[in-house]
Amino acid sequence: MDVPKNLHKALEPFLIIVGSLSVSMVLFGGFVAVAGANPIEVYQTMYRAAFGSSFSWQNTLVRAAPLMLTALCTALPGYLGLIIIGGEGAVVIGGLGAALAALTMPTASPMVVLATMALVGMVTGGIWLAIGGALRHYRAVNETISSLLLNYIAIAVLNHLVTSTFRDPESLNHPSTHHIGEANMIGLIPGTTLHWGLAFGVVACVLAWFLMHRTVFGFASQIAGGNVRAAQIAGLPVGRLILIVCVVAGAAGGLAGMVEVAAIHGRANDTLNANYGYAGILVAFVARNNPLAIMPVAVLLGGIRASSGLLQRAHELPDATVLVMQGIIFLVILFSETLFGRFSKLQKQGVA
Amino acid sequence: MMEVGWWGVLIAVLGGAIRIGTPFLFVSLGECLTEKSGRINLGLEGTLVMGAMTGYAIALHSGSPWLGVLCAGLAGAVLGALHSWLCSFQRVNDIAVGIAMMLFGTGLAFFLGKPYIQPSAPRLPSIDLGGWSNVPQLSAALQINALFLIGIVVAIALGWILKNTSWGLKVRVVGESADAARALGLPIDRIRILSTAQGGFLAGIGGSYLSLYYPFNWSEGLSSGQGLMAVALVIFARWQPLACLWVSLLWGGAAALGPALQSVGITYGYYIFNAIPYIMTLAVMIATCSPRRNLLGAPHELTVTR
Repeated sequence: MDVPKNLHKALEPFLIIVGSLSVSMVLFGGFVAVAGANPIEVYQTMYRAAFGSSFSWQNTLVRAAPLMLTALCTALPGYLGLIIIGGEGAVVIGGLGAALAALTMPTASPMVVLATMALVGMVTGGIWLAIGGALRHYRAVNETISSLLLNYIAIAVLNHLVTSTFRDPESLNHPSTHHIGEANMIGLIPGTTLHWGLAFGVVACVLAWFLMHRTVFGFASQIAGGNVRAAQIAGLPVGRLILIVCVVAGAAGGLAGMVEVAAIHGRANDTLNANYGYAGILVAFVARNNPLAIMPVAVLLGGIRASSGLLQRAHELPDATVLVMQGIIFLVILFSETLFGRFSKLQKQGVA
Repeated sequence: MMEVGWWGVLIAVLGGAIRIGTPFLFVSLGECLTEKSGRINLGLEGTLVMGAMTGYAIALHSGSPWLGVLCAGLAGAVLGALHSWLCSFQRVNDIAVGIAMMLFGTGLAFFLGKPYIQPSAPRLPSIDLGGWSNVPQLSAALQINALFLIGIVVAIALGWILKNTSWGLKVRVVGESADAARALGLPIDRIRILSTAQGGFLAGIGGSYLSLYYPFNWSEGLSSGQGLMAVALVIFARWQPLACLWVSLLWGGAAALGPALQSVGITYGYYIFNAIPYIMTLAVMIATCSPRRNLLGAPHELTVTR
């Protein structure tokens, strides 16, 4: 009896997500057809650009790595019923914190520097995101709005510090902090052009899944997310759960910022504000907050983003084409939420 | 320049309050109307950018900036209606749909607006209220765009309509209590779709101000988040249309403070000054929210206040 029940539980979201993606592809196909391109060819090009060769796979995975981390910023608080969209701020603050930490230790060995950077990035990102969670719990300030405001404040703090106190005088047109030093940069995964950020993303998603689905803490969080009153009556420390989950979620975002600094830019500047946070929200929604589902969804979105250049060259479609596609997928997936529990066939299958 | 000095800063802030505040005024009035009906539309950023693109393109092709403004509003109304239609299905979350509409609207505007990045469209006219002054800064600051004056009229009219007409009453009932509205037999979804579409119309006009008056161009970096901040601004204004006017001016002035101080040689803290509106909004929310009651003045059906 139990097996089909579980099968049904897994089958319904799977079918609805696959169905939504198919509908999105049809809608987007219609869109590019109106724009004067052949939809089939466009999809072939996108596939080639995203997954067609080992080079394109690597390009896709590099883009997917930060999305896995920033998706956790929205997905984990989602277990508690919170909609937090502050991933962008966590990335910015974490990256800034990591860069400044590296600059305070010019003589330390690279391993120590990187470990410190990761730690500081995660702590600062975690605290930043937790502000929204704390305000929600203690002052009933809506967490969506406050985390959105905190994104803007984070970007202002970053811009202020890199143009004043911590500015490298040599960064003329593009104010930045000093470089953290070539020796301190994260290397590539041997034999690839991938940096270690991808490994961080995968490990973080697996750990997050384990935390939320296989520990008492995660179980308590899910109860609190389902019904706050019931959780309080059961004696669960709801405030502490919210704070810890937000810190963990923000730590993932901060780590993404640290990777951006230590693997790509070498310094903190406004390139940290690259909209990974907002794209991560999309990933979290499509994955229905499940950390294991985040990984393939992030790869899919990374692939869509990676294909924008080739789309432009092969079909003369503007680079914003992939933004339109993202928007369509997002809208259809959110709409599909209303379909859950409506297919009686699926329900019967589950009961039988 | 020297003799104007600190007065120059004040004048620049006042002029900036109007110049930068006008798009804030339109998006916040639009958001205010939408939220009065019990929905929140976080997607006004997409609406704003789409309005900016549409207004610019139509003005370029037709030669009439005012036709551009109208079409920008219509494009915004379509996006607003789409948002609200999607949200009228069970379990579809209006906040999440708003974020999606933001992505979709900006993406669509960038896609369709690619050919319009270089050409130059006719500009909206401005009304010269500062001709009497021989201080160039002052007369520049008093070059008032007609859209700002229209915005003032809309703010006053919207407040009056919400308070005194049967349509306004319906919107408020739907926003305060869906149960009461259902008991009265009001078509809740239709009223919300109309309010959100009208809100989108206003936000679209706000976008056309950006592309057709100030900064007067069309590019992908045109909006600096004015649409996103509409939500915060409405909270700041306590869901009162007339207060939206004052708050928009306040935010416009705050945004103009950084550049104005820069012009007299104070460059420190430029970005912090830019962040003042966001910090102020957060401070107001912290001060006025409480776990024991709803946000003061907020429509009860609104998800952000629960």
